[in-house]
Amino acid sequence: MGIKIGDAPFHERAEKAINDQFMRQAVAKAQDGLRGKKLKAAESLGNWEDWRALGEQIRQHTLENLDYYLYQLSENVEKNGGSVYFAETAEDAQDYVKRVVRKKNAKKIIKSKSMVTEEISLNEAVEEAGGEVIETDLAEFILQIADHDRPSHIVVPSLHKDKEKICELFKEKLGYTGTSQPEELARFVRRYLREDFFQADMGITGCNFAVAESGSVSIVANEGNARMATTLPKTLITVMGMERIVPSWEELDVLVTLLCRSAVGQKLTSYITGLTEPGGMDGPEEFHLVIVDNGRSHILGTEFQSALQCIRCAACINVCPVYRHIGGHAYGSIYSGPIGAVLTPLLGGYDDYKDLPYASSLCGACTEACPVKIPLHELLIKHRRRIVEEEKKSPKSWDFAMKGFEKAANSPGLFSFAAKTAPYVLKPFTKDDKIERGAGPLKAWTQARDFPAPKKQPFRDWFDKRSKEGK
Amino acid sequence: MKVSLFITCLADIFYPEVGKDVVEILEDLGCEVDFPKNQTCCGQPAYNSGYHKETKTAAKHMIEAFEGAEYAVAPSGSCVMMVHEFPALFSESEKEWQEKAAALANKTYEFTQFVVEVLGKEDLGAELHRKAAVHTSCHMNRLMGIKEPPQRLLKHVKGLEVVPLSHSYDCCGFGGTFSVKMPEISEEMVEEKTKHMMESDADLLIGMDCSCLMNIKGRLTRKGCSIEVKHIAQVLNEGRK
Repeated sequence: MGIKIGDAPFHERAEKAINDQFMRQAVAKAQDGLRGKKLKAAESLGNWEDWRALGEQIRQHTLENLDYYLYQLSENVEKNGGSVYFAETAEDAQDYVKRVVRKKNAKKIIKSKSMVTEEISLNEAVEEAGGEVIETDLAEFILQIADHDRPSHIVVPSLHKDKEKICELFKEKLGYTGTSQPEELARFVRRYLREDFFQADMGITGCNFAVAESGSVSIVANEGNARMATTLPKTLITVMGMERIVPSWEELDVLVTLLCRSAVGQKLTSYITGLTEPGGMDGPEEFHLVIVDNGRSHILGTEFQSALQCIRCAACINVCPVYRHIGGHAYGSIYSGPIGAVLTPLLGGYDDYKDLPYASSLCGACTEACPVKIPLHELLIKHRRRIVEEEKKSPKSWDFAMKGFEKAANSPGLFSFAAKTAPYVLKPFTKDDKIERGAGPLKAWTQARDFPAPKKQPFRDWFDKRSKEGK
Repeated sequence: MKVSLFITCLADIFYPEVGKDVVEILEDLGCEVDFPKNQTCCGQPAYNSGYHKETKTAAKHMIEAFEGAEYAVAPSGSCVMMVHEFPALFSESEKEWQEKAAALANKTYEFTQFVVEVLGKEDLGAELHRKAAVHTSCHMNRLMGIKEPPQRLLKHVKGLEVVPLSHSYDCCGFGGTFSVKMPEISEEMVEEKTKHMMESDADLLIGMDCSCLMNIKGRLTRKGCSIEVKHIAQVLNEGRK
C-alpha cells in the first residue's frame, strides 16, 4: 500500500470528496476545534514566535549535521544494548522486520501509531512473516477494523469518521452494544485490547524524536497504548524516519513543547515515553531501531530540505482551507494537506503526484501555522517550477498561454491593446455588466461565479485623458 | 512627494474606479501622482504557476517601467508582494538585476500601508453610513504582515460600522490560477466565504485586493445576493468628493 491511497486521478478524488458532505462536516468541525485549541496553547506559552524560531534553528542544525547525529545515535543505541538497522528503502525495512519477527517466532504484535510504518507498508510485511498486527492507537484501531481504511490525517488518522460512524462500525464488526458517547467507545476498546497487550510477543512503535546523545527514543502519546507497547512485550521494534532526531534532551524539550501545543493544543500529552536501555526493570529485553531513508536522503541538500524539518504535528493541515473541503484521502497519499502536497511528490514522484502542488491557493495559512517555520507555500511554488521547467509535465495549453502572457507583459502596446479590446472580445458573453458563462479559461471560472465585464475605458486611458486635460 | 501608481491588471481593466479613487486620495494628501505608461503586469500568474522564466521577463519589464519612481504604490497587497519577490528571481550572476529588483521592492508599497506608514495619515475625512465586514487578503495580511493600516483607516470613516466576519482568516479561494486550475475546490472555498458573509450583519464587504473582491462578488451575484463589494480606496473616498 505504501504512501499511495487509490489510483484515481486527483480531480476525480477531489470531486468525490467534495460530494461527501458527511466527511466535510467532520473535517470542518475538527479543524475549527484543533485550530482554536492550538492558538490558545501557543498564546499561553508566550513568545510563540521566539519558540518557533528556536524550533526552526534546532531542526535546521540537525539536518545540516544529520550524518553526525545519526552516527552518534546508532553508536549509543548499540552501547545501550539495542540493535540499529539503516533501511535505505521500504523493502529493506520490511525485510529486516520480517527477519526479526521470524526469528522471535512472534505471533501477536501490538503496534502504536506510526506514519512511517504506513509509508513502508510494515503491517503487510509482518503478516507475510506470520505475525498478526494489532493497532492499539484508538484511531488506527478504528481504521484497521474498518477493513484497513487509510489515514486521512497524520495526527488523527480517522478524522474523516465521527462518533456515530465509529459506533456503527463497532456494532457491525465487534458486537458493540453501547452508545456513541466517545468515553464509552474508548472504554470498550480499552477492554477489547487488554488481553492482546498481555499476550503480545512483540511491540512495534513509531518515534517522534530519537535523542542522539543518549541513544533514546521518545514517543508522544495520549492513550497510554504506546507506553504499554514499549513495556509489556519482550521484543520491541521502533521505526523512525531518518530525520526524526534531536541532538540532546534539551532540544527534545523544545520540540516536544512545540509538537504537543501545535498538534492537539495541549501543554503536554498524557504520556511522553523516553526509552533508553533495553533489559531494564520494565522495558523490553530486546530492542531494534529501524531508521528509514526511503527517499529522504535525496531531499537533503536540495531546495526542498526544509520539508524535512517537519515534526508531523499537522498544524498546517488543521488550518488549510483546501484540506477543509476535500479531506485527506483526496490527496491520494497518507501524507495529506500542505505538508503532504510538498512531501508526497518528493517521496512518490511527480508521475503520480504532479497535481498535488497545485492543490493550494497559496494563502500561506500553513506557513504561518508551522511551528518549525517550514515555508510550505513557497515549497509548493518550487514544485510547480520544477514540474514546468525541469520535468516538463505541465499541460501544453498552459505552456502556450504563459508564452502569450510573457509577450503581453513585455509589451505595453500589446498589453494596452488587450485591455482596450477586452470589452469587445467578451461582448458576446456579457450581459448586465457580467459574464455568466464564459469560454476558454473563463469557463472554469464561470462554473461557480460571474466574471465582471471589462470596462470600456481602462484606467490608463482615463489617466492619460485627464493628464492631457491638464489635471 | 512623487508617487508612481502601479495600477495592477485587474484595477486597470475591470475596476478603473478604484484607480481613480486612489489618485484622488493621494493627490488630496499632497502627492504628485504619475502613471508610468509602460507598466504591465507583476507576473504573479506565471510565478505562482511555476513559469519562472516568463516571470523574469515581466519582472525586468516592470523594474524598467518604474526605474525613475520615488515611490511605487499599488491598490493590491498581492501584486506588491510579487514585486517584493523580484530580487529572488535573479541569480548571483545577474547581480545588476538583483540590485535593481531590490531597489524597486524597497520603494513599493501597498496603498493603505503607504498612506498610514509613509504619509502618516489615518483620518481621511471619509463618511459612509454602512455596516461592513472586512476581507483580510491572505498575501497582504498574513504573508506581508500588513494588518493594521486598513483597520486604522477604516476606524476613522464616519458612520462606518465594521462587524465581525466568521472565519475571516480563511482564504476566499481565488489564488490566481488556482481558481481555474482547481475550480471545484476554489468554488467550495468561495462558497463558504460568501456563506459567512451572508450570515454576518454586513451589507457591504470591504477588501484591499481587487482579485479577492472579484472572486467573492462573482459568487455573491451568482447566488443572487445583493451584498455590495468595495475596494478600501472607494470607501475612503466616500463623502469627501
